[in-house]
Amino acid sequence: MRYLPKSPTDREAMLKAIGARSIHELFEPIPAQYRLKRDLNVPRQMAESEIMDWFDQCSRENGDEYSIFLGAGAYYHYRPVIIDSLISRGEFLTAYTPYQPEVSQGTLQSIFEFQTMISELTGMEVANASMYDGSTASTEAVLMATRLTGRRSVTVARSLHPEYREVLATYAWHQGIRLSTASFGENGRINLKEFDKSLTPDTACILIQSPNFLGTIEDVAAVADIAHKHGALLVVAIAEAVSLGIVEPPRQADIIAMEAQSFGVPLGFGGPYCGVIATREQYVRQMPGRLVGQTTDRKGKRGFVLTLATREQHIRREKATSNICTNQALVALMANIFMTVYGKVGLKELAKQNLAKTAYAASKFGKHARMLFASAPRFNEFVVETKEDPYAINHRLLGHKIVGGFPLKKFLPELGNAALWCCTEMTSRTAIDTAAGVLRESEATEPARETAEVAR
Amino acid sequence: MTRMTRKATRHTSQNEGLIFEKSSPGKAAFKLPPLDVPEVDAAQLLGSSERKDLGNMPEVSEIEIIRHFTRLSTWNYAIDLGMYPLGSCTMKYNPRVNEVVTRLPGLANGHPYQPEKISQGALRIIKTLSECLTEITGMEAITLQPAAGAHGELTGLLLVRGYLESKGNPRKKILIPDSAHGTNPATAATVGYAVENLKSNAQGMVDVPSLVAQMNEDVAALMLTNPNTLGVFEQEIHKIAEIMHAKGGLLYMDGANMNALVGKARPGDFGVDVMHLNLHKTFSTPHGGGGPGSGPVAVKQCLEPFLPKPVIVTKADGTLGFDYNRPQSVGRVRAFYGNFGMFTRALAYILANGPDGLRQTTEDAVLNANYIRKELEDVYDLPYSTPSMHEVVFSDKLQAKQGVKTGDIAKRLIDYGFHPYTVSFPLIVHGALMIEPTESESKQELDLFIEAMRSIAQEVQEEPQMVLEAPHHTRVSRLDEVAAARNPVLRWKPAAQ
Repeated sequence: MRYLPKSPTDREAMLKAIGARSIHELFEPIPAQYRLKRDLNVPRQMAESEIMDWFDQCSRENGDEYSIFLGAGAYYHYRPVIIDSLISRGEFLTAYTPYQPEVSQGTLQSIFEFQTMISELTGMEVANASMYDGSTASTEAVLMATRLTGRRSVTVARSLHPEYREVLATYAWHQGIRLSTASFGENGRINLKEFDKSLTPDTACILIQSPNFLGTIEDVAAVADIAHKHGALLVVAIAEAVSLGIVEPPRQADIIAMEAQSFGVPLGFGGPYCGVIATREQYVRQMPGRLVGQTTDRKGKRGFVLTLATREQHIRREKATSNICTNQALVALMANIFMTVYGKVGLKELAKQNLAKTAYAASKFGKHARMLFASAPRFNEFVVETKEDPYAINHRLLGHKIVGGFPLKKFLPELGNAALWCCTEMTSRTAIDTAAGVLRESEATEPARETAEVAR
Repeated sequence: MTRMTRKATRHTSQNEGLIFEKSSPGKAAFKLPPLDVPEVDAAQLLGSSERKDLGNMPEVSEIEIIRHFTRLSTWNYAIDLGMYPLGSCTMKYNPRVNEVVTRLPGLANGHPYQPEKISQGALRIIKTLSECLTEITGMEAITLQPAAGAHGELTGLLLVRGYLESKGNPRKKILIPDSAHGTNPATAATVGYAVENLKSNAQGMVDVPSLVAQMNEDVAALMLTNPNTLGVFEQEIHKIAEIMHAKGGLLYMDGANMNALVGKARPGDFGVDVMHLNLHKTFSTPHGGGGPGSGPVAVKQCLEPFLPKPVIVTKADGTLGFDYNRPQSVGRVRAFYGNFGMFTRALAYILANGPDGLRQTTEDAVLNANYIRKELEDVYDLPYSTPSMHEVVFSDKLQAKQGVKTGDIAKRLIDYGFHPYTVSFPLIVHGALMIEPTESESKQELDLFIEAMRSIAQEVQEEPQMVLEAPHHTRVSRLDEVAAARNPVLRWKPAAQ
C-alpha cells in the first residue's frame, strides 16, 4: 500500500523486537469471535489515476458549467488563487490544533489576525477562532445568551435562515429552551410591534439575521432598542459576509453569529464552511470555542497561545460552555487570506459590485414579475413572485445552463410562487438578461399546471 | 544541551510581524473586473444602512501576503515534517490526491441547493462513502451531517434520546468512564443528560461489577471509547453490551480510536448500537491546525428512523435524492448536508486503500505503538501492563523524582525535532505521556523518536534543569499562559488609538 512506509523486512524486525510471533498476536486482546476473518466489502484498492477518473466522473455529473442565481446561505464569490497556494502548505494543512504554542506560532498568529479582522468587520470587540458553520454558531450564540441572562425563552425571527432555525430547534428542545417566532412584515423586516409583544421577562435573547433570509437588511437599531428595553440580548446572524463591505454592521448587537463562507470558501456542496461568534469583551467568558491571545515568552518576546481554556470541554468537561473541540481552522485561514487580499478598500469595492449586479437584475426582473419586500434596503438577494411555479421556470432555465432562484415554498409556504434570487460579482449581465428573458416568456403566458416535481 | 540530535538541525527562520503592521493606504492585492452593469449609488440604495468605513482592515500587496503566510507557516510543526505522536489524535499522512479531487470544479462549486438532477455526482459520493463506512463499522445506517467528532457525539446522544423517548422515557443519565475524552461529558450535558462517572479497573478497563451496580432504568447509555484512551481494547465488551441492553440502555461508542480496528474488528459485531467516526483521524482528512473535521454517526436499524434529516435515497427512476419526510427525525444538527469536502477526501482514502490496504494500515498502526512501548518501557513507567493496541500510555513517575514532569519532557522533545505526544491525558494516569505513532511512520522515524525519548530520560537524570527550561531551539521559549488568561489580549489594536 503506497501510503505505508515499511518493507516486509522492517515489519519482521519490529515484530522480533517486540517478541511477537506474528502480527495476529497483537490483535489477540480482541476476543476471537469479534475478529474479522474476511475482507471488508469495500471497493478494491485503486491507482491514483483511477481515483482521479472516478471523481472526475462525479464532478461532471455535478453540473460544473452552470451560471447560478442561488444564494440562501451559500454564496458564489471569486476565490483568489493564493488562498489555495497558501493553505496547501503542509505546515498549515497537516498541523494539529495549536496546543503546543512553541511549534504552532504560525497557526496561532494567523488566528489572532482572523479574530482581529472579524472584530473590525462586525464592529464587535472580540471574535473566536471559528465554529462549525453559521447555523451552529447561531445556536451556540443563543445558548450563550441564555447563560448570560439566566433566562430560558428565545424569540426567533421567521426571516432567519430556515435551516439555522431547525438547528436551533434541535438543540433547544433538549435544553428546555422555549422558542417563539417573530414574523416579517410587508417590507421583509421583522414586525416590530409583534416582536415587542412577544418579549417576556424570561426572554434571554432575540435572534435575527441581517441581511435576512429574504435579502432584506434589518433595522438593527430599532430591534436592539426593543430587546434591551426588556433586558434581553440581541443576537444577529450574518450569512452573507461580503455584505459587511458596504452594509453597516449590527453594532448594536450583543452577539454576532456569522457564516464566513463568502470569504474565499468554496461552495463545496454545503461544507466545510466557517462559523464565527463575535461579541463584547464583557461576555467573553461565556463564549464557546477556541480563542487565541497575545502574551510573551520568558525573554519578553511577543507570542500567541490558546487562552481562556477554562471555558472548554477538555478542562471543564460537563460544565464547559460548549462541547465543541475540533473547529474549522483551515477554513478560517481561507477567510483570513481572503480578507487580507481584499482588505479595507477591496471589500468595499467587491460589495459594491454585488450591489450593482443585484440592482440591475432586480430592475430587469421587476419589469416582468412582482418584486416582494422591495421597500426596504437589500444587499445581493431579492424575492421575485411569479404566476408560474418557480420550479417550472427553473426547469426551463436549466436548458439555458442557468440555475434559477431558490423557490421559497420549501420553507415558507405562505410565500407561494416566490423565489429568492442572488447575484454576486460572478453573475454576468448576459446571464441576468437571459434569465430575465425566460421570466418574461413565462409570465406572458398562462401558468402551466402544478409542476412541483419537475426540477427539484 | 550539547547532546546531538539526528532528527533536526537549527536553521534561520524569517521574522514576521502582524499583517496590520505592514499595511499602508494605497497598497492593494486585488483587482476587480470592470462592471458590466450600471454603477450604483450605495448611499441611495442603502440609506442609513450604508457602511462608510471598514476600520483597521489591512492594505497590502500580493507578494507581502504570500511572504506573510509562508513565513508564518514555517513556524509550525506538521505531519509533513515528521512524526506527530499525539495520542488519540491519529496524526497520519494526509494524501494529496484527496485535496485534488475535492477541488474538481463540479464538486468545489456545487451549490447545496442546486437541483438534484445536476447533483448526482455529489450524491453518489455521499452514498458510496456511507456504504463504505457502514461496512467498516458493521452498523446498519449512517448520517454524515455532523461537522466534527463532538458534533457526532451530540448527534448520537440525540438519537439515543429520540429512540428512548419513542419508548416512553428518555431517561436521565449517561455513564462515562473516568478515562473518557472531555467532549463526552460536555456532550451529555448539552443533550440534557446528567453525567455519572464509571471507574476503571486495575487493567484500565471498564470495571464490570461497577457497571452492573450503576446500570439501571435511569441510564440512557454508556459512552465507551474502544480501544479506550489507554489504547486498551475493552476485552469484556460483550458483557458490557449485554448489561446495557438487559436494562434497556444503549451502548454508544466514541470512534476516536477506530484506527486500531478498521478491517480487523467491527463495533457493530460487538454490540455497539451507535457510534461516531472522526474522518479527520481514521480516514486521513487533514487536521488543518484544528479543523475542519467530520463526525459521521453510524447506527443499528432501531435508531435509523431518528437520523437527522435529510437522508439520501434512491428514487423510483434510479437517481439519487434527499428525503426530508422523516417524521421521527431528531431534526437537523447543521445547515445543508455536513462537511462534504471531507467526504470526498475520506472516500479517496478508502479507494486508495481497498480492503487489503485498510487492514494493513491498522496492523501497522498497532505494530508501531507496540514497538515504541517495547523500546521505551525500561526508561518510562508503564502504569498499565495490559496489551496496547494503536497507542501506548506511559507516566512520568520515574522522571518526577527529579522534578521533571510529562509537560517538560514534551517540551524537550521539540528540541529533538518532534512534536510532543499528548500530555497529562487520560486523567486516570497521573502525569501521562500518551503516544500514538499511527501507521504513517517508518521504522527509521520510530527509531529516531525512541532515541530522542531515551536521550531525554537520560538528560532528566543528568541535567534536569535544562529539561525544565526546554524548548531551547524554538522561535519563542515557553509562553506565559497565565498572563494571557488573566489579561486577555484577543485582537490587535493600533497603537495610536
